[in-house]
Amino acid sequence: MNVTIVDYNSGNISSVINSFKEVVKEKVNIEVTSNLNKIKSSDKVVLPGQGSFKSCIDALSGISGLVDTLNEFAINDKKPLLGICVGLQMFADIGYEETETKGLGWISGKVSKIDNQNNKYKLPHIGWNEINILKDSKIFKDIDNNSHMYFVHSYEFIPDDKSVISATTDYSSNIVCSVEKENIFGTQFHPEKSDKIGLQIIENFINL
Amino acid sequence: MLKNRIIPCLDVKNGRVVKGINFVDLKDAGDPVEQAKIYSDGGADEICFLDITASNENRNTIYDVVEKTSKKCFVPLTVGGGVRSVDDINKLLNCGADKVSINTAAVQNSEVVAESSKKFGSQCIVVAIDAKKNSNNWEIFTHGGRNNTGIDAIEFAEKMENSGAGELLVTSMDRDGTQVGYDIELMSKISSKVNIPVIASGGVGNLDHLVDGIKLGNASAVLAASIFHYGKYSVKEAKEYLDLKGIPVRI
Repeated sequence: MNVTIVDYNSGNISSVINSFKEVVKEKVNIEVTSNLNKIKSSDKVVLPGQGSFKSCIDALSGISGLVDTLNEFAINDKKPLLGICVGLQMFADIGYEETETKGLGWISGKVSKIDNQNNKYKLPHIGWNEINILKDSKIFKDIDNNSHMYFVHSYEFIPDDKSVISATTDYSSNIVCSVEKENIFGTQFHPEKSDKIGLQIIENFINL
Repeated sequence: MLKNRIIPCLDVKNGRVVKGINFVDLKDAGDPVEQAKIYSDGGADEICFLDITASNENRNTIYDVVEKTSKKCFVPLTVGGGVRSVDDINKLLNCGADKVSINTAAVQNSEVVAESSKKFGSQCIVVAIDAKKNSNNWEIFTHGGRNNTGIDAIEFAEKMENSGAGELLVTSMDRDGTQVGYDIELMSKISSKVNIPVIASGGVGNLDHLVDGIKLGNASAVLAASIFHYGKYSVKEAKEYLDLKGIPVRI
């Protein structure tokens, strides 16, 4: 099996690479690349993302053919894709970080700043928070409800169709922290930094 | 509910842990990778390395340490000490650090903070503030606490937030190494002035100090070195104690 971690200059992805290499067994090959042919021939794709919504979209668009290739992979071919942090946020139609920016439009909705309730809540939302599992997502196999995951973000994904939400976390309001729509998976938290329980999620994705 | 974090910190010099203590199960007390793994297995919410390598020719040793640690520990890793430029930050992140803490360089040129947070995201830029009390205010020190800049710590904290810092690591120079507890007044003043998380540092001698840092100092996270390093308490004991005191922690 080939799993590709998309390397599109979106900041630091070494932790994502390390975590996937830690959990993979033999017969699973991890590629870290933006090579379009390699992505096309992969069985699974991981879309990480750090920095702002705009900077990640700009970086994706900066590599000729990459957005089309990802569309083909996730929407036409319906092969499993996992977005992490801004990688998940980019599924939306639109994001409002820095400036209004068009997203990939895979799951309709928007990405807005978390309401800090007049500075009652510090931003970024940094640290370990519990997830409330709302539906039986395949990537939550053997994951207990209220498990702790590591978060670091100031913006939240608000999907139009609430049925895609697989988990929320409580910070200021119930923030969407995991989505599943057919073959498309996303986590707002960082499984690669969420200790053994996070590695379990990565393993679940690889075993899909 | 967001949990308060406990962050054990290791001083690393020339790639080795300073004054490493031989815990049970530890083959090499001087190996930062092994020490970090013990902390993360014990429930540390993050790990922090402070590189205190003095000579320039040995500075590359930290990159090797970070690279090895990031392959073994799957909790966030912060690295600080001697970070001068955007290029230094880039190198540490590429080796597997999740956050980089900047001290002297941030004071000398806040552009380093602005540029790096724009380039890599605020989430990985921690500004380390070393402050010392001077009658009614606190002043910033640089170069590992050797140089007084005369800059007001509270004003500087606000400036760093505006420059794009994702977190502030606030160390009281008066308390560091004394084991009498954090400078609560300093922590709570800075925490009330900024809307980014504050990590309290400097002066922890017992577990009640950690409680005070969170409850009275309003810190989001508490950093400690010696109480964990010399085996006085384990990270697990610290978390259980905080839990007992009604502080939300990840257990």
